[in-house]
Amino acid sequence: MFQIKRSPWVLHYDGSSCNGCDIEVLACLTPVYDAERFGIINTGDPMQADILLITGGINSQNADVVKQLYDQMPRPKVVVAVGVCACTGGIFKDCYNILGGADKVIPVDIYVPGCAARPQAIIDGIVQAVDLFQRRLEKHNDYMKEHAHDKNDAKNKKTGTED
Amino acid sequence: MKKRSIVPYGPQHPVLPEPIHLDLVIEDEKIVEAIPSIGFIHRGLESLAMKRDFNQMVYVAERVCGICSFGHGFGYCEAVEDIMKVEVPDRAKFLRTIWFELSRMHSHFLWLGLLADGFGFENLFYQCWRIREKILDVLELTTGGRVIFSVNKIGGVMKDITPEMAVAISEMLTSVKKELKQIVPIFMEDYSVRSRLEGVGVLTKEQAHTLGCAGPFARASGIGADMRTLGYGAYKELDFEIITSDKGDCYARCDVRIREIFQSIDLIRQALDKLPEGELAAAVKGNPNGESFIRIEQPRGEAVYYVKANGSPHLDRMRVRTPTFANLAGLCETLKGADYADVGLLILTIDPCISCTER
Repeated sequence: MFQIKRSPWVLHYDGSSCNGCDIEVLACLTPVYDAERFGIINTGDPMQADILLITGGINSQNADVVKQLYDQMPRPKVVVAVGVCACTGGIFKDCYNILGGADKVIPVDIYVPGCAARPQAIIDGIVQAVDLFQRRLEKHNDYMKEHAHDKNDAKNKKTGTED
Repeated sequence: MKKRSIVPYGPQHPVLPEPIHLDLVIEDEKIVEAIPSIGFIHRGLESLAMKRDFNQMVYVAERVCGICSFGHGFGYCEAVEDIMKVEVPDRAKFLRTIWFELSRMHSHFLWLGLLADGFGFENLFYQCWRIREKILDVLELTTGGRVIFSVNKIGGVMKDITPEMAVAISEMLTSVKKELKQIVPIFMEDYSVRSRLEGVGVLTKEQAHTLGCAGPFARASGIGADMRTLGYGAYKELDFEIITSDKGDCYARCDVRIREIFQSIDLIRQALDKLPEGELAAAVKGNPNGESFIRIEQPRGEAVYYVKANGSPHLDRMRVRTPTFANLAGLCETLKGADYADVGLLILTIDPCISCTER
């Protein structure tokens, strides 16, 4: 079976963070932390991404954007909330324009706390996300196998070529 | 008339991690007009001034922007200290200046890396960010934080730079200067890099002045405006000159920022040499009452802090005018007539920081 483990493609979106976590996410890619040794590639295209890294809380204008990005990603997918703002809203929780953490609009699987989250913590979060992604992929594949069987049956019934 | 079409650009796009949305009106491959729409990161943190007391607001002010976070805390503290007539100890002034210049260096390295990434030079991007990590290591050593290090407080600073730390900073400066000298020729002399930068996105001095541009973006167009000459912090005791260029294109902006890194290295060395002994913070009593208006030079340009207090622990109003917001008008002007393929590069050359644009 096709194995995706240890080569996740990451989509990074800045919700409404102060940039502190964003530059730490980028710092993960640099030679010092080198996230690419886990096969992690930062992509700009949601349709090719496996893991969504979201930094910053959700406000009234970007809620739709985040939802859209999540919907565009193919199944299975994992969402990692980086930084305390993405987890709960953080220091900006009481601001009039902040609805709360990323889990207000999309299901979040892994929370990476910190203000700003340290690169080590972010990499740890992504590595956990890869494990979760692998489990989900196996489940997804099993489901697809059963589903494919059903599909064949349905097709056979329809065309009347049941054996 | 040629056929016009509108290309939506962003908010999620591969050029920089932050969301900015532009509606680009294009004719063939040339841009006729760019209409920005912002608000994807607006948090409304200025309103927190009414909910948090003036000491807690230092931490909120630092989170206006994560890249120049030290500067925002600095500007806010200066404004409140001005209202309360607090005399900041000399040592604190020098320490603030050292940390401010270190964050300017890391911000400019970050920008150089993103620029290299913008014109598709991955290797150079990695080089810039590798050098930047050395600055972050020193910041972590001296303050405990990598990008957001809350060392400012009303009346002074919370942490000290010991002689051992000063040696570590000095060693870091030597090695960063050496490595920067190795990558400067790639930015300044490489044929393919120059072909992407030279003559692209020209902004004349008159345009930059009329549109109210700030910082390295304006200085690259020949406007010699640098708020450090106002002499806040320890700048009046340090020796430096305003760096300008008169070409006004992407190449000039890159040149100005590279020379500013060398200038920052020099400023930190001067400050370390002159670092006086003494207290770290002055005692602060009572609540602020009055208003103040402070201008400081952020890595991205002139930032203005307006604070109005009413004698209670909660401020009436805090207002931040950030350089990136001022530069958006200049960005839309440079985009006119540019090639569609250069849009990403031109957005990068104003050193955009959407989170401080929208706060």
